Amino acid sequence: MSASEIIRTEHVVKTFIVDKKVQPVLKDVSLSIEKGEIFGIIGYSGAGKSTLVRCFNGIEKPTEGDIFFEGQNIVGLKSYELRAIRRKIGMIFQQFNLMPSRTVFGNIALPLKHSGLSKQQIDKRITELLELVDLPDKRNAYPSQLSGGQKQRVAIARALVNQPKILLCDEATSALDPKTTKSILHLLKKLNKELGLTIVVITHEMSVVKEICQKVSVLDKGKIIERGDVYSVFSNPQQELTQSFIETTSALGSVKTLIETQSPVVQLQPGQLLLKISYTTSSVSEPLISYISRTFHVDANIVFGDIQILSGNPLGGLVVILSGQESAIDRALEYVKQRYVAVEVLNHG
Amino acid sequence: MDNVLQLLLPNVSQVMDEFYLSIIQTLQMVFVSGLISFILSLVIGILLVSTRKGDILANSFVFNVFDKLINLFRSIPFIILIAALIPITRLISGTAVGVQGTLFPLIVGITPFFSRQIESALSEVDDGLIESGIAMGLSPFQIILSVYLKEGISSIVRVTTITVISLIGLTAIVGVVGGGGIGDFAIRYGYQQNQLDATYVSIIVLLIFVSIVQILGTFISKRTTH
Repeated sequence: MSASEIIRTEHVVKTFIVDKKVQPVLKDVSLSIEKGEIFGIIGYSGAGKSTLVRCFNGIEKPTEGDIFFEGQNIVGLKSYELRAIRRKIGMIFQQFNLMPSRTVFGNIALPLKHSGLSKQQIDKRITELLELVDLPDKRNAYPSQLSGGQKQRVAIARALVNQPKILLCDEATSALDPKTTKSILHLLKKLNKELGLTIVVITHEMSVVKEICQKVSVLDKGKIIERGDVYSVFSNPQQELTQSFIETTSALGSVKTLIETQSPVVQLQPGQLLLKISYTTSSVSEPLISYISRTFHVDANIVFGDIQILSGNPLGGLVVILSGQESAIDRALEYVKQRYVAVEVLNHG
Repeated sequence: MDNVLQLLLPNVSQVMDEFYLSIIQTLQMVFVSGLISFILSLVIGILLVSTRKGDILANSFVFNVFDKLINLFRSIPFIILIAALIPITRLISGTAVGVQGTLFPLIVGITPFFSRQIESALSEVDDGLIESGIAMGLSPFQIILSVYLKEGISSIVRVTTITVISLIGLTAIVGVVGGGGIGDFAIRYGYQQNQLDATYVSIIVLLIFVSIVQILGTFISKRTTH
């Protein structure tokens, strides 16, 4: 176990008994989360994400396997020992779970019960937190008076009040509109940067992973089917499920629909070739299209493209119609393939 | 004034002292048995909710014991329960008649109902709030105090209103066995001596009690909802 590791699970199995039937929810999940990173766990509903994240703070006990928090195995800890661990782990939820009968101040102060802090200290801490989450004037508001985004900000402040090492986010943006989601993700990114807070993000939305995560694990039916840093998983997905997640955030997937519906945009003349060129490494920043048209005397018509910057690297691709002499097209294709880009011939004219 | 009273209430006006006393007795019965039952029911309701499957102190044995006990007592009609309890009532209160003798059967009669009401009120507290309490590192005791009770206040007030109104009904029944109070008054004068004005005036007093309780309950419930 390395010192930079904050959470590690080893062969975690979790089964529930539903109607006297044993239902496996997690099947042999091993993963490691490093300090200071934003770690995404993505999967469709029912994949076991929420159960997995609840194992991290001991709300769920694994049926088999071990869970380490800062090197300490938390499986089998006594309940008061677990409570001490939980104070070092913040958690936020899809439905915010703010206490409706308490003000914003009362909600954030709740985890400080019996913390031994004086009234002034609590006051000071909450003032700081409200500044941090950008809600300084909502101190005495009740949750029912807040918007969804504001509620999640309060929940974040509450999760941070005990100065935890790690923040678990269980579908924290799934109940929010896209704009609010962006602002919450932005806040999480800021907390990660400024406080060095480790963040675990549970989501079914690839766009969330793409926006803030550095590492990602894809969970399917209780198993991690793919993992790695976000760029490599995005640029070179191995599993069909991962590919389907990625297609939700990329316009490139829509080219298939265009071909199927025989859209005029992708209609080919005889001799033409419809290509999908995907960027798989960061080295491709050279002027590929203009180079091949100059060198091989082919015309490259960009039908559409979708290139995003992920972890500082370009990711995405272009859909291109190549036209010219057959031999020239062949040589151009050969060249493009050599340049570390994945090329897929979608259609022949 | 006295003439009007005599005209409207020819019989009751003869026994005004007794009438006032019966009002006070009803208030005593409702207040004392209600208060004691409230505390007991709160404890039992909390036990039921927190020991149910999947909750913070899940314990099927404790849950089942209280669950079955409540069902047992709720299935006994109150008037039979009073009779069945007489020996224990004598032992505890020293008497089985008068206000003092009614408190124990009233408590035994209303607590199972009240506990169920409190249980359902606490069940209304969103599971997500309990879960976030656990995630914060609160102890089961803190969760009961700071989440279940605090967030359940408005529902608790609501079910308490319902229960106090039922309790007022029960205090009238204990009148049958010589417990005193408005019920006793209505039965002795209104029913046994066929003095209709005694019956009506008892109804009016009970109606006023129930209305006050309902208005108060609604008011507090609203004030505790944000």
